[in-house]
Amino acid sequence: MDSSGSARAAGEHLGAPLVELERVNKHFGDLHVLQDIDLTVRKGEVLVVIGPSGSGKSTLCRAINRLETIDDGDIRIDGEPLPAEGRDLARLRADVGMVFQAFNLFAHKTVLENVTLGPRKVRRVPKAKADEEGLALLDRVGVKNQADKLPAQLSGGQQQRVAIARSLAMHPKVMLFDEPTSALDPEMINEVLDAMVQLAHEGMTMIVVTHEMGFARKAADRVVFMADGQIVESATPEEFFTNPRSDRAKDFLSKILTH
Amino acid sequence: MQEYLDIVRQYDVLGAFWVNIQLAFWAAMLSLALGSVLALFRISPIGSLQWAGSAYVTVFRNMPLTIIMVFMVLGAWGQLELSLSTDFNTNFFWLAVIGLSVYHAAFVCEAIRSGVNTVPIGQAEAARSIGLSFLPAARLVILPQAFRGAIAPLGNVLIALIKNTTVAAAASVATETSSVMKTMIEFRSDYIYAIFFTFAIGYVILVTPIGLLTTSLSRSLAVSR
Repeated sequence: MDSSGSARAAGEHLGAPLVELERVNKHFGDLHVLQDIDLTVRKGEVLVVIGPSGSGKSTLCRAINRLETIDDGDIRIDGEPLPAEGRDLARLRADVGMVFQAFNLFAHKTVLENVTLGPRKVRRVPKAKADEEGLALLDRVGVKNQADKLPAQLSGGQQQRVAIARSLAMHPKVMLFDEPTSALDPEMINEVLDAMVQLAHEGMTMIVVTHEMGFARKAADRVVFMADGQIVESATPEEFFTNPRSDRAKDFLSKILTH
Repeated sequence: MQEYLDIVRQYDVLGAFWVNIQLAFWAAMLSLALGSVLALFRISPIGSLQWAGSAYVTVFRNMPLTIIMVFMVLGAWGQLELSLSTDFNTNFFWLAVIGLSVYHAAFVCEAIRSGVNTVPIGQAEAARSIGLSFLPAARLVILPQAFRGAIAPLGNVLIALIKNTTVAAAASVATETSSVMKTMIEFRSDYIYAIFFTFAIGYVILVTPIGLLTTSLSRSLAVSR
């Protein structure tokens, strides 16, 4: 067993519950995409959500900052129930970082402007200070020399690292990653995963929807396996990958591990 | 030829075009402002605003401009006593501007909305995810990209607007081109073709650069993704 994995698996570094989902249900028409989901993520925890496509894992991730509304159940962030549309919701979203599969960098703004927009317009940080902090964040994810370019001039891997920096600039309590490497060319996946692993080791609370098992083993405290809108299994990465309990998980793992 | 030039000078054809340019300018400003607000209504998360926006567009887009212009004079001014200036001609000028604006705002709204549709939904989601609420997200992220995507359709609305300023004749703006042309033809029917072509070509000259400009702008300002 990987040594950092075992240290994290002990769970001693974890704090109080930060994201709590209780009996969360959601339908898309007749499709019951989230079925009575109960899930608690503690401060400092890195949770990987894995599962076949259509299992509801992306919807789960998006529901946490209310990009998807839920039909019933409760979602609490840091003890506060998720507000309905409006100013309170905007305030909550500022505290919840989100990294998308398609990066979604603001196409008409430079890389640095992408990172500083939130701090300046939401947190009211003065421009000079926001720029300074933005450049430091870009440096941290290794794209400082691209600061004045437009997103379309960057590679996918660089864009995704900028997206991570953009989220970090808000000093979020928790970060959500919705398949952050699925749209990337293979040679760019590691540069993004490295940034995420670094973040995990710095103690960021993270919920990561991904199929990257290397990342799960290296950085995750816990793996949740979803299928057909339900959480089927929840275990440490080592347990889950070496000894899955449910047939669904065994079947899924055999499919992604064959090649 | 000399006589033709004398006629053009006598009836102040350039002055007539200048009136239409002013009508077009003010109506363009007002309809752009009103149309942007309507577009915001239509993309807002609030149902009643969406309804109001689409109701406005449905009503004004499907109504003949002439009827709106006649209403501005006979209804808004004649009956409701809406007066925008103590000067008779200035009053009719602004009534015409308002008539043109409320009509073209519906088209501006739809042009901007088509621009909004060129902005991927992910842009709005990213804006919301960093804590921007609806108005800041619209102002900082969605609309700047939407306007760039809407330049070509907005240019078409402007072209239509410039030509539609001639309908101001229906709002008793007597100094604008179509009224002046009618008067000229009435008194100098011996020059009917020359007069007619003067105005027809005048509009072609006035409008053509706008088409060229918006086409090149929509290319150079396109958002690269």
